[in-house]
Amino acid sequence: MEVLILAVLVGLAIAAVRVRDLLTATAILGAYSLMMALLWCTMNALDVGFTEAAVGAGISTVLMLAAIGRIGRREGGPSRMPLLRLPLLSMRQRVERAEELEEGQGRAGAWGAVLVCALVGGLLLYGTADMPRVGRQDSPANRKDDPATPANEASISQRYLDESPHDVGPNNVVTSVLGDYRGYDTMGETCVIFTAALCVLMLLRQAMPRTGGRRRRDGDA
Amino acid sequence: MTETPSLIVRYVARRAVPFIQLYALYVLGHGEDGPGGGFQGGVIFASSFVLMGLVYGWGRGREDCPERVADVIAPAGCLLYAGIGAVCLLLGGAFLQYEAFVGVDADHHAKHHAHHFGLIGIELGVMLTVTASMVTLFFEMARPDDEEVADGVAEEVDAEGEDADA
Repeated sequence: MEVLILAVLVGLAIAAVRVRDLLTATAILGAYSLMMALLWCTMNALDVGFTEAAVGAGISTVLMLAAIGRIGRREGGPSRMPLLRLPLLSMRQRVERAEELEEGQGRAGAWGAVLVCALVGGLLLYGTADMPRVGRQDSPANRKDDPATPANEASISQRYLDESPHDVGPNNVVTSVLGDYRGYDTMGETCVIFTAALCVLMLLRQAMPRTGGRRRRDGDA
Repeated sequence: MTETPSLIVRYVARRAVPFIQLYALYVLGHGEDGPGGGFQGGVIFASSFVLMGLVYGWGRGREDCPERVADVIAPAGCLLYAGIGAVCLLLGGAFLQYEAFVGVDADHHAKHHAHHFGLIGIELGVMLTVTASMVTLFFEMARPDDEEVADGVAEEVDAEGEDADA
């Protein structure tokens, strides 16, 4: 089952890169996220799978569609909207300049990209060689003699599984860890989401001063 | 988003919205016993607004969740989360140590209740922030340019006329 999902994942990833139409690429990425959600579920990571399906396949696909509505659906082609706002215009110009530069460099740039991809991919593969297999009993999180665990105590993951109903209460240990043991981290994540929205507001809302008055009336309505 | 979708799409979208929102609240409340929680619930809740925006056009979708409301709710969620932590501090516990609500000497049962309410509170904070942030992200990215704002006005008029018919 996992092999099948992984094969579909690789196929979708290649398709997403090769397709020139951004709209198609976005749809393919949505399917990719859905496959990732299935993969998490086969690993019994239901919370992660749920989040991936809602955020990856749902909201971020819609956000990308919205972005495509601004920049046009053709990769590198002429924009659907000739008159873009100032920050977007400068961004667009930068992209065009980069493309010109790339054309000038020609094949050298492409080979450089291949080299970087191969290097980073090789490093990542090298790194995963040291990772324990999923669910192995002697992985650091499951080992009893781990330096992080005091002597005569269960392993880290077993400790959370055993003690969290007593310490915190909820049946879902993921919720206990997120909200209670690691509540401070979750607060930081919430602030990150808020900061992302804030940055988009500052970039896009102030870039359109002329629609400001209209919008305020919308807010009152 | 410029052309209005068919009647079937509009009807189904409008009828689906309350169910989506109810499901989001279920995901929020059920996060302690099954998969889910504030983050997932918030994203699902936001998707109902996005659906309205996609089907009925930018202007009509924005009416359901005006910028002013979203701009207040997003930081309010963060403040609710941090505020619960601060209340724990004031009651003599550590930051986000929910047991402080009932005191360190309380019995086991009461402490469980304290954890329960603390968790629900922070999950609600997460949900508020995520919902408002996602709605803001979508509507700011999908904001139409000037020519299309004109289209949006026409669409809004259409939508209002339809409301009157309904």
